[in-house]
Amino acid sequence: MSLLRNLAGGLRGLFRKEQVECEMDEELRGYLDAAVNEKLRLGISREEAVRAARIEMGAAESVKEQVRAASWESLVETLWQDLKFSVRLLRFNPAFAVTAILSLALGIGANTAIFQLLDAIRMRTLPVKNPQELAEVRIAERNGATGSFVTRYPKLTNPQWAQIRAQQKGFSGLFAWGPTTFNISPGGEVHNVQGMWVSGEFFDVLGIEPDQGRLLSLTDDLPGCATPGVVISHSFWKREFGGDASVLGRKITIEKRPFQVIGVTPASFYGVEVGRNFDVALPLCVEPIVRSEFSVLNRRDGWWLTVMGRRKPGWTLEQASAQARTISPGIFEATLPAEFDADDAKHYLGYKLGVFPADTGVSELRSTYENPLWLMLGLAALVLLIASANLANLMLARASAREREIAMRMAVGARRGRLIRQLLAESLLLGFAGALFGGLLANSLTQVLVASISTSNEPLFVDLVLDWRMLGFTTAITLLTCALFGLTPALRATQVTPGTVLKSAGRSATSGPERFGLRRVLVVSQIAMSLMLVVGALLFGRSLQKLATLDAGFAQEGVLEMELDLTALHLPVERRAGFKRQVLDQVRAIAGVESAAEAGIVPLRGDGMNRQVLVNHAGQVLEGKSELNEISPRYFATWQTPILAGRDFDERDTLHSPLVAIVNEAFAKKYVDGANPVGATFRVKSESKESGPYQIVGLVKDSKLYDLREEFLPTMFMPVTQKGHPEQEETILIRSEASLHGLISSLKSTVQQFNRGVDMNFTPYRKMVETSLLRDRLMARLSGFFGILAVLLAAVGLYGVIAYMVERRTSEIGIRMALGANRGGILRLVLREACVLLGVGLLIGTALSLAGSRAAATMLFGLKPTDFVTYVLAVASLSAVAALASFLPARRAARLDPIVALRNE
Amino acid sequence: MAEKPSGLVQGTLDMLILKTLQLEAMHGYGIAIRIEQISKGVFQVNPGSLFPAFRRLERARWLKGEWRDTENNRRAKYYMLTALGRKQLKGETREWARQAAAIARILEAES
Repeated sequence: MSLLRNLAGGLRGLFRKEQVECEMDEELRGYLDAAVNEKLRLGISREEAVRAARIEMGAAESVKEQVRAASWESLVETLWQDLKFSVRLLRFNPAFAVTAILSLALGIGANTAIFQLLDAIRMRTLPVKNPQELAEVRIAERNGATGSFVTRYPKLTNPQWAQIRAQQKGFSGLFAWGPTTFNISPGGEVHNVQGMWVSGEFFDVLGIEPDQGRLLSLTDDLPGCATPGVVISHSFWKREFGGDASVLGRKITIEKRPFQVIGVTPASFYGVEVGRNFDVALPLCVEPIVRSEFSVLNRRDGWWLTVMGRRKPGWTLEQASAQARTISPGIFEATLPAEFDADDAKHYLGYKLGVFPADTGVSELRSTYENPLWLMLGLAALVLLIASANLANLMLARASAREREIAMRMAVGARRGRLIRQLLAESLLLGFAGALFGGLLANSLTQVLVASISTSNEPLFVDLVLDWRMLGFTTAITLLTCALFGLTPALRATQVTPGTVLKSAGRSATSGPERFGLRRVLVVSQIAMSLMLVVGALLFGRSLQKLATLDAGFAQEGVLEMELDLTALHLPVERRAGFKRQVLDQVRAIAGVESAAEAGIVPLRGDGMNRQVLVNHAGQVLEGKSELNEISPRYFATWQTPILAGRDFDERDTLHSPLVAIVNEAFAKKYVDGANPVGATFRVKSESKESGPYQIVGLVKDSKLYDLREEFLPTMFMPVTQKGHPEQEETILIRSEASLHGLISSLKSTVQQFNRGVDMNFTPYRKMVETSLLRDRLMARLSGFFGILAVLLAAVGLYGVIAYMVERRTSEIGIRMALGANRGGILRLVLREACVLLGVGLLIGTALSLAGSRAAATMLFGLKPTDFVTYVLAVASLSAVAALASFLPARRAARLDPIVALRNE
Repeated sequence: MAEKPSGLVQGTLDMLILKTLQLEAMHGYGIAIRIEQISKGVFQVNPGSLFPAFRRLERARWLKGEWRDTENNRRAKYYMLTALGRKQLKGETREWARQAAAIARILEAES
């Protein structure tokens, strides 16, 4: 029989059901008539004939059922019936339905959101042709490299790139690129956008076709190029030019220089860095013009490039890697920076190149957030498990309430499979309703997640699209959840022997000790899992608190950072120091400014520099590394960092006076055995030149430099007034109680009095510290959210089980009270049960937490994953909530009126 | 799921129905009685398997139904063979004969 016809017939059966049913009724009636007539003809009395015919035919309904069952549409129909029935049941009990769907939506939503983010930053390949061919060439193990590192991915230098390009064999095409930010404002306040330095091969190797105009090619990236064109991204084109088709040939100011737009990339292309969307791309060759004195293009110790390419067909990663290894010694020998000392050179020459997969691009976001996200996905999965356990518990309760109904149905001949199907339909309905809302929730949740790790300076771009992995994941967890909370109760409920149930008058059989055991197990596991989540939440919360309240060595509140770019003024070197000094004096004169100072390095911004020092102490010379910061007088006053000994820099320290320095406690500890270092001298070795001697004139308290998590590093401070070659940039830190808005506008007018061409950028310092704690804050918030959710769910679960137990033992309690048990005794009776469940749950939970929290070890600050206080707090808080949840039903039990309780029977 | 009529080899009910309808259109009870009579009571067909079979055959377009008045002036659904049904019957009859002969040969050879 043809499938199509079967389908058509089936659909007719579904849609014209009434007519089909009517016809069947009539046909069966006709059949019965004919049978009766036949028997009448044989001479049987009418009454007998009807009876015989009925017996012969059997129950009309059963025949009809058999006819219906013969076709496929009946399966659809029973499913439909089951769903309708479930909807009706749920409508009878909206509180249950809402609780169930809400808890599932939260659980599924949280999982989906985190998975979506993981999918976007970890699993999805770059949106280019054949991404699996892409690979990266970098130094396999590069630790302790020396030099300047100027981009987010400073993997290689330009001289190395030139050598690799010339000598590699495994790639059909290779390119180099480096991310950066460009100021596109023609003057005044800075407007930074995301930029890329790209080699001429970049777009060609990636296979990107222009959306408008043309893209950069090899001829645009010739050494010494003057003013080549700039390629802009689709989103930048839309944002800055409103998608204007006449954009080609227009000029953009990049770092004060005009560049002509030559092309726009397609909308799908965001670059090769996951988490960012590039705005403008310039060829490598123009870097010396844009960066002028800070150019790293030809510096052998200037690390700023990442090299990627397409493997030749037939070349495996291993083969390409092996080839890269064989050419390594030659490449590093040819590019050895001349200023390296023997140690650094030996280290440098030992480097080995390797080839690594790059189909998913590179991503700082990934390395920062991948592990935390996996951990959070684990926590979210626990929440979903707890929600499932809760639902299973509720379903069990419902099943025991419907026990007599189910027994009755089985007694009149319902098959068990059919009943299970019906009970499962309810779970599926709940599951998919939960998934639907969860999916909607996930979408906004992911946005919130991305927004919470994005900052205005460095906006994140995460391409959130619905892909098969997402859909598969959500469907899979939904089905799994349904199976978890639906299947066992359904199997349980239909395991009854109809006779027993129907005989037992009011007491239901599912409440027997063995059946009730399952619910206890569920509650115990809920408590155990909740404890894990609470421990997680407390660990991350306490870690964040420790970071946020940590004594960094300086007062973070009330400081504004002002960055000035003086490039446009074209000041000769000898006039720069004077100009900066004037600006600083004027800033100090603004009303409300308590203190202001110039700083070379701003703590926690992430940049820094170090030098080799030779310290004279107790007749011998100690050599080692020290961090360096060049500052103006009053720097320590601005930070409120105490000067422990000696003096601050002042007017005495000039270009012509003896060289001086201030060091911190860590420096003193390392180089002068913790003695007072004031008066000691040291020399500085930099690029094989020695300078000094510097005399230490002050000792200051330790403070953090790169990161809040670090140990205090030996640091020396030198006065900007003794700097021979001041940069064209000035960073001024301003401590003021004045309102930020007013302060910034008076700063702007003050600076512009000097010159209108100065670029300015303002950052409240506290905001920068917060940025550096983004990940910790995200972890603390997410785990806190999960922890609260878990405790609530566990409390509901415990409450349900204890309340159910009280209800089941109502008559027993009545009898006990009638026999003289007092209320306290009853209370204890009920609470003992709760305590056992709680105790077992907490015990298991503690063991699991101790084992599981090791995964979080590297993400914590200032405490171990086995932190005792955390566990005590977690156990205490969960116990308190659990006590409340079980106290309510216990009190109800204790307040039972024995007469009423016994009348219930 | 439908119960098989006693003693009826699976799948043969369809063939018997087709055969019964070869000469004239009949209603459900008529078909049941005819099968019983011709088989001399060996096959008793109950409505529980007869009507599902009708549905099956109708859907395969081997039968079509038509509402007519009966001899007692009641309405009944009469089934008749379609052209497709006749072809099917011919094919099945031939196949049945072939198989029956083969089985008979085997049984004889063994005795």
